Amino acid sequence: MPILQVENLRTYFKTDAGVARAVDGVSFHVNPGETLGIVGESGSGKSVTSLSVMRLIPEPPGKIQDGSKILFHGDSGVEDLAKASEERMRKIRGNDIAMIFQEPMTSLNPVFKIGDQIMESLRLHQGLSKKDARDKAIDMLRLVGIPIPEQRVDEYPHQLSGGMRQRVMIAIALACDPKVLIADEPTTALDVTIQAQIIELLNRLQEELGMAIILITHDLGVVAETCDRVIVMYGGQVFEEGPVGDVFTNPQNPYTEGLLRSIPRLGSGTKRLAVIPGVVPSPLNWPTGCRFRERCPYGWEKPEREEPPLFELAPGRKSKCWLVKYPERREEIVRLTGGFTPEGALTGTGAATAAAGEPGPASVPPAQAEGGEEVGG
Amino acid sequence: MSTREGGIGDAPTTTGDGNLHDIDRLKEPREGAPLPPAKGDSDLRGQTPDDIEPPADALLVVRKLQKYFPIRKGFFSQHVGDVKAVDGVSFFMRKGETVGLVGESGCGKTTTGRTILRMEEPTAGTANFAGKPIFSMSRDELRKLRRRAQYVFQDPFSSLNPRMTVGDTLREVLTVHKLASGDKARKRVGELLTTVGLRAEHADRYPHEFSGGQRQRIGIARALAVEPELIICDEPVSALDVSVQAQVINLLQDLQDEFGLTYLFIAHDLSVVEHISDRVAVMYLGRIVELADSTALYQNPLMPYTQALLSAVPIAEPGRKHNRIVLRGDVPSPANPPSGCPFHPRCHHPLKDQDCARIVPPLADKGGGHFAACIKVPLGAGMGSLTQIQPVSQV
Repeated sequence: MPILQVENLRTYFKTDAGVARAVDGVSFHVNPGETLGIVGESGSGKSVTSLSVMRLIPEPPGKIQDGSKILFHGDSGVEDLAKASEERMRKIRGNDIAMIFQEPMTSLNPVFKIGDQIMESLRLHQGLSKKDARDKAIDMLRLVGIPIPEQRVDEYPHQLSGGMRQRVMIAIALACDPKVLIADEPTTALDVTIQAQIIELLNRLQEELGMAIILITHDLGVVAETCDRVIVMYGGQVFEEGPVGDVFTNPQNPYTEGLLRSIPRLGSGTKRLAVIPGVVPSPLNWPTGCRFRERCPYGWEKPEREEPPLFELAPGRKSKCWLVKYPERREEIVRLTGGFTPEGALTGTGAATAAAGEPGPASVPPAQAEGGEEVGG
Repeated sequence: MSTREGGIGDAPTTTGDGNLHDIDRLKEPREGAPLPPAKGDSDLRGQTPDDIEPPADALLVVRKLQKYFPIRKGFFSQHVGDVKAVDGVSFFMRKGETVGLVGESGCGKTTTGRTILRMEEPTAGTANFAGKPIFSMSRDELRKLRRRAQYVFQDPFSSLNPRMTVGDTLREVLTVHKLASGDKARKRVGELLTTVGLRAEHADRYPHEFSGGQRQRIGIARALAVEPELIICDEPVSALDVSVQAQVINLLQDLQDEFGLTYLFIAHDLSVVEHISDRVAVMYLGRIVELADSTALYQNPLMPYTQALLSAVPIAEPGRKHNRIVLRGDVPSPANPPSGCPFHPRCHHPLKDQDCARIVPPLADKGGGHFAACIKVPLGAGMGSLTQIQPVSQV
């Protein structure tokens, strides 16, 4: 039974320019002890999804829409966090569901010792005495690999390096033994060698403590190395879901395929990268129908003009694309144009696409695009 | 072979940070790696880039470049020390090639790029552009230099003036360098925008109306406006979304083919640098610690730091075996670098000894033009680079 089940989550923001539908009908679940990766680019809604689960969306301007369900299977049975009171959420946050953020310096309070910041949640949620809480804080620092924890417990955040601060954040998050840990881009601000340390640490802690982890990142490499299952988000929706191995080796959704083909990989020897043309659409003005259609090499005028549903291909394996229904289309396009190709560094990108936030033409006549290459110099 | 494992256990850490014995995954040594010399041998042979006459077609020759930022303290701002951001960097670039400069934050890669174009004044060293010494140029000569050498910044938003339209920004460059004016300038702006994959009508828009990838295209158009020979690209794709990074990388490659540009490509992303570069220099604490052809460096990294750096890159292939070298601790402060080899406190080399803390390793040619700053890598280790091709993940 999943520990956390999100159903049809919709989080909208009211802005001066209109309603931003940042998260628009997202469903997923996390099982106890597994790591679920949520990948997507900026604006895909992955961070808003995690903040909605924690009910940390500033309200107004944001609002979790009616009909959204965030079912948490805690000790006291199933509970819908979308409807939980603020008082109840304060008990859940940090105790049952904990979160770590991208930038550890801004989430640590600079005027308190790191030990006090770990003890705060222990004393609040678990009612430990000052002495017990301090001992537990030292244990937590040791657990996350901070040397000489007895001494470090009395230091301030600015005395620690970036990697050490992120370790402290993990110690705070895990202090109350949460059942779910949400990690929002936990390694993005770190150097690659420090990132490797934190990835190892998260993998080890999960083995030892057995909590479920939701890892939010834009880095496909990090997902491949840490997650059991992955959901790929685009335009505030889930585009693909499945076990990491299958999604990465056999991507069903064109967006996932494009992402995987457009990143350079160590030792691959590719001379030219495949390109996803166009720009990420704005949440104020999602394209109608499939939100990836204008950037998709497989896009076409099909019998159904509406948005494709999230088809279930096999148990736990989903893709939001009409290609599931018309697989011959993919083969045909690959044969004719090659699908995602390196072409389009000039053509079909900036020239063909309007500036951010405005609807643009779906495609550009070839003659015009070629003209762009000749000029210059 | 057991010496390697033993060496790891012995390795002391100076900072005492991040000592994670239990997550050390370097279980098996890399097969086919050159055999290290007998214990205690320190190989100081090999020519450094300073000993080598740059080729005739070298566009940029940098020698012993240093940039120190003074640390001042107290009421009288006494000079109490220096942050050695760049500490003796030497390399050259041939016309039309792409040299990648990689390293972690604080290694001095950006300062190197900025100092070469005199955005920072150098502390010592020389840099020659097409035979002319950059560091003794007058203001007038510098302006002429900037017609031939341009800079593309990481953040395209903060490097574009939000109150100027894209057309004004590009026209300003043309006016300052007296390249075109009036109708001719307008035509040229349209040309530049189409060259980078935008439309001529975009000239009337402001930077905020564009997405990140499009803004970076504008930054590139501004650099191209003067028809330069050299472009220093400082993290040009780091701020961009994954799905548009490839667009900008391909654009840079197209422009290089079309105009014969030379790139100094500064980035922390090792995969991007491998993809775009002909040669790669790895920096650590203000120094180049390894410099080689891109293939040689990525297939056969010699310097222990490069090996660790490459093994740390997460690879988007689930289930791929990954013998990772997890470095302990953090990068030491460039204000107070370790003695001898700057990397020795974190080094996992099995033959690490007192010499490493004593001798500053020269960036020596270990064979076949593969330079590495490590006294424990024997001369000739670079030669095997082409016969020992193997996936990097096995490092």
